[in-house]
Amino acid sequence: MNWAYSDIVRDHFANPRNVLGKDEDFQADGDGMAGNITCGDQMRMLIQVDEGAGTIRDCRWQTYGCASAIASTSMLSEVVKGLTLDEAFAISPKDIATRLGGLPDNKVHCSVLGDKALRAAINDYYERHGLTDKVRREQSRLVCQCMNVTDHDIEDAVLEGARSYQQLQEHTKLGTVCGQCQDEATTVMEAAIAKHFGGGCPGGG
Amino acid sequence: MSARRVYLDHNATTPLHPAVIAAMQEAMPLFGNPSSLHGFGREARDLVETARSRCAALINAPVEDVVFVGSGSEANNTVLNLFPCQAHRCTGNCPGRNRIITTRIEHPCILETAQCLAKRGQEVCYVEVDREGRIRLEHLRELLDERTALVSIMAANNEIGTIQDLPTIIAMVHAVGAYFHTDAVQAVGKIPVDVAALGVDFLSFSAHKAYGPKGIGGLYVRKGVHFCPFILGGHQERGRRAGTENTLGIIGMGQALDCRRQEMVAEAERLGALRHHLRESVLARIPDVSVNGDQEHCLPGTLNITCAGCEGEALLLYLDLDGIAVSTGSACSSGSLDPSHVLLACGLQAEQAHGSLRISMGRDTTADDIDYLIERLVVIVDKVRSMSTAY
Repeated sequence: MNWAYSDIVRDHFANPRNVLGKDEDFQADGDGMAGNITCGDQMRMLIQVDEGAGTIRDCRWQTYGCASAIASTSMLSEVVKGLTLDEAFAISPKDIATRLGGLPDNKVHCSVLGDKALRAAINDYYERHGLTDKVRREQSRLVCQCMNVTDHDIEDAVLEGARSYQQLQEHTKLGTVCGQCQDEATTVMEAAIAKHFGGGCPGGG
Repeated sequence: MSARRVYLDHNATTPLHPAVIAAMQEAMPLFGNPSSLHGFGREARDLVETARSRCAALINAPVEDVVFVGSGSEANNTVLNLFPCQAHRCTGNCPGRNRIITTRIEHPCILETAQCLAKRGQEVCYVEVDREGRIRLEHLRELLDERTALVSIMAANNEIGTIQDLPTIIAMVHAVGAYFHTDAVQAVGKIPVDVAALGVDFLSFSAHKAYGPKGIGGLYVRKGVHFCPFILGGHQERGRRAGTENTLGIIGMGQALDCRRQEMVAEAERLGALRHHLRESVLARIPDVSVNGDQEHCLPGTLNITCAGCEGEALLLYLDLDGIAVSTGSACSSGSLDPSHVLLACGLQAEQAHGSLRISMGRDTTADDIDYLIERLVVIVDKVRSMSTAY
C-alpha cells in the first residue's frame, strides 16, 4: 500500500533516531529551539561538540511536530554527526529532503524547523564559549517598506505555498500600499522557490 | 504496515452498504434517460422515483419535495445562492431582507459561499457557539430581525459531532419571517431527521456519508418556498436542477437511505455504547486528554479528543502505520496552515486544535476494533509525548 511519504521518510518517522530520552542525561554544549506550538510545530536541538576538531560529536532532539518534521529532523540528526560547525550550519532543508527521497511540496515548510533549531544550537554553543564573533544571526532585509515585510517573510510565504506575486501579496500584504517593491519581491520569491522547490535534487526530488 | 485495518473515519466517508453494491450492480446495465418517453427511459424513471420516495421516507418529506443534486456541497451552494438574487428573478422571496446568518463551525462549502455572498453585497453574520459547539441562542436572538432573509445552521457537526437544538432555533427564525436551512449531511442516516416535524425550509443531505455512493446528494425544499435553480439549462427535477440524472448514483442513494431507515436506530444505540467505552477508556488510561464537543447532544459514533503535547498529524500517521484510520484538526493535515476552524470557533487554543483527533465509527465498527484503537493509542501517545517539546 502506498504511503503519503517515501519509504525513507516512513522509516525515520516510525523509528526516529537520536531523540532525547525523557530521562536521558545528555550533556549538551549547545541547545537551540525553533518554531512555536501555536503554529503547530516546535523543534529543539541539542549538540555535543568535539572542541579539538570543531565537529559535532553527537546530538539529540525533541519536537512537537508532524510526520515530516519528525522524519526530517531524524535524518538531520544522523547527517550532522562528524560535520564541522560550519558544515552543519550550511545544511539546507532541501539537502535533507533529498536524502529522504523527497517530501510533498506542502510538507516542505514542516521540514525547515530542524535546521533552524540546529543553527540556534550552534549559535548557543558559540555564545557559551565566548565566541560571540562567530554567532551568525540570520540577517533579514526589508523588502516592502510600507507593510514591513522582509525577505524572510517572503521565504516563509513561499514555504506556505505562495508561487505568484498575487499569492505573495495574499500571504504577506506586501506591495499593497505604494507597490514599488514588486520587482524586488518577485526576485526574492523566485530565489526562494528555486532554493526550496527548484530542480537539481540528485537522486531525489 | 499493519495487516489489520480498522476504518474509524466514517464522517469523512463510508463504505458502500452491501445492499447498495447489489442494487447498483443490478442497475448498471440500465442506460435509459429518465426524461425519455420510451420504454428505456421509463425503466430508468421508475428506479429514480423509487429512490426518491426512499430518500423522502427517511426524512419524512413529501416525495416531490426532494431534489437530487450532485453532492451535499451543491445542495448547500444552491440554497445560499437563492438569497442574493431576490431583487431580480426571485422577487417576492424576501424583499428588503439581505441578511444571512450562519455559524463559524459550518462546512467550508457554506463558509466560502457565505464569504462570496458578502462580497456580492449580502450582509453575512455569524452566530457564536459555546465551548461545546452549540449555538448561543441569546446571540442568535440578537442577530435575528426583519432584515434577516436566511439562517443556515448545520444539524450536526462533522468534526465534534455536536447536534444543534433545531426545533428551538427554527421557531426563533420563523418568528421573524426568515427562512431556515440546515446542512444535515452528518445527521441524515445517523440520527432521526423529520423535516415535517422540524418545519425546516431547506435541508441538505448526501449519500456517501450514509453508505451510499459519492457524487450524489439531495436537497429538501419545503412546498411553497420560493426556489430557483442553481444549475440552469434543463427541465430535470421539475425544473429545479438541470442536468441528466445520475441514475446509478440516485439508485444507490435510495438503497442506502432505505437501509439507514431500517438500521439507524439500533445502530445508534450500539455506537453510543462503543463511544462511551472509548471515551472512558481513553480518559482512564491516557493522562491529559480532553474531550471536545457536546457530550450530551452528540452523534452516536463521533468522538473528538485532544491529547496534550501531541501533534495530531503525527498521531494520525502512527495510527495509520497500525492500520487505523482517523482524522485530525491539525494544520499539518489540512493543507492550509490553520488548524480546525471548528475547534477554534469553540474557543479552543490553537495547540488544542493541532492536537485533536476525530474518531468516527460506523455500522461495521466492532468492540474489538475500539479495543485495538485504545491499545495502540496508549502506546502511540506515549511515544509522541516522549519526543515532545510540549509535554
